[in-house]
Amino acid sequence: MEKTYYNPQDLKKFGNISEFSPGLAEKFFSYYGEVFAEGELTAREKSLIALAVAHTVQCPYCIDAYTVDSLEKGSTEGQMMEAIHVAAAIRGGASLVHGVQMMNKVKEIVM
Amino acid sequence: MQQSLKKSNHQLADTLIQLEVLNQATQQGSQFPAFTQKLRGLNLFPLKPTHLDIFQVNVGKMCNQVCKHCHVDAGPDRKEIMTRATMQQCLTAIAASSVRTVDITGGAPEMNPDFRWFVEEISKLGREIIVRCNLTIIVANKKYHDLPAFYKTHNVHVISSLPYFSAMRTDAQRGQGVFEDSIKALKMLNAVGYGQEGSDLILDLVYNPSGAFLPARQAGLELEFKKKLKAGFGVDFNNLFAITNLPISRFLDYLIQSNNYETYMEKLVMAFNPAAAANVMCRNTLSVGWDGYLYDCDFNQMLELKVSPSAPQHISAFNEAALNNRNIVLNQHCYGCTAGAGSSCGGTTA
Ligand code: SF4
Ligand code: SF4
Repeated sequence: MEKTYYNPQDLKKFGNISEFSPGLAEKFFSYYGEVFAEGELTAREKSLIALAVAHTVQCPYCIDAYTVDSLEKGSTEGQMMEAIHVAAAIRGGASLVHGVQMMNKVKEIVM
Repeated sequence: MQQSLKKSNHQLADTLIQLEVLNQATQQGSQFPAFTQKLRGLNLFPLKPTHLDIFQVNVGKMCNQVCKHCHVDAGPDRKEIMTRATMQQCLTAIAASSVRTVDITGGAPEMNPDFRWFVEEISKLGREIIVRCNLTIIVANKKYHDLPAFYKTHNVHVISSLPYFSAMRTDAQRGQGVFEDSIKALKMLNAVGYGQEGSDLILDLVYNPSGAFLPARQAGLELEFKKKLKAGFGVDFNNLFAITNLPISRFLDYLIQSNNYETYMEKLVMAFNPAAAANVMCRNTLSVGWDGYLYDCDFNQMLELKVSPSAPQHISAFNEAALNNRNIVLNQHCYGCTAGAGSSCGGTTA
């Protein structure tokens, strides 16, 4: 067994997922490519969104990939950190907003 | 102040060692495909010049800065500069050639005591003059404060490096305080008319990544730079050139020190773009070293790879026809010119 679950070298092997299911992999990668193409959002904006989401799903591969990609799309360190704060705020907010549910329940059962 | 690789007796000051690194096997034991093979696949090998358009003269390695990525290994401790006699040989060659543009670079070319004389003489020959000015030299010493006016007199096309529109990234690459001084110098250039709407005095900027990654799209960066430099500092310029860092000299040292060398080379190789390969700048450029030797480009010059011996190798024996017929000398660093949108002294090529 590997000493760690995550090996940076594995990122380059992403394409190999087609080995066990070529059809689905092909559909996924062609979809993926189209999602990140320049559209109503710029490729740079999409890369920043991906970076923020990568931090939410806490995927080390995606964090590496979209850190480099964001730099190569011309984002600044400040913009990248702000994107991550957006992810963190939504994450934190998503926990906190459930406080309302907790309060509802408290009020339901407490005199 | 940081020292040049040469001054600090760094092993990479030896260009043979740089070439060895560029051609060695990866840690996994595999080899990057040879650049020449890639060109062979495109019927571009041997690579030939198209025509001689740009005559690039490196007037010396002396510089007031010691940028971390410098492919020249320039700095205040480098004393190699072009003599007036060699400049005269360049002028004789230019006069007899079809060269449209003379591109003066360094180091900081302005530190060569014969720099102004050289510009004046080229001006008399009626060719476009580019000076690659590092900006900070203009404010480094009183004797350089009038450079913007001097450039204006000779209608010099100024091309200057500014790796980013923020002090953090610029200073990390070029040294403490460089961003602030560069902005001061840009304002002085703007004040005499450079980069202004309706003016024919051209001021272009060069962006290069501050690390082991490829440049963003040139057009997008240009817009961003224009917006940020105007809003933040009231600075105007004409075009932005996005340039890829080639894995040689001090940038190679950085790549190795930071453990990024293989990943970066792999990135360049993976991003090989056939369209960029057909347009590499060595096809219309000749590069002259401080001592008069001839090279296919400034990068080959810094790797001491002289033009093919089938052509004259020194400016004193300049022969345009023979040079136009030479085979361009290539090596693994050339992948830097063909990655993604391509890269040259004039920005992207594909
Ligand atoms: S990159 Fe330019 S300004 Fe910086 S040290 Fe080299 S020659 Fe000088
Ligand atoms: S490094 Fe020089 S010789 Fe090689 S492709 Fe680029 S311009 Fe041509």
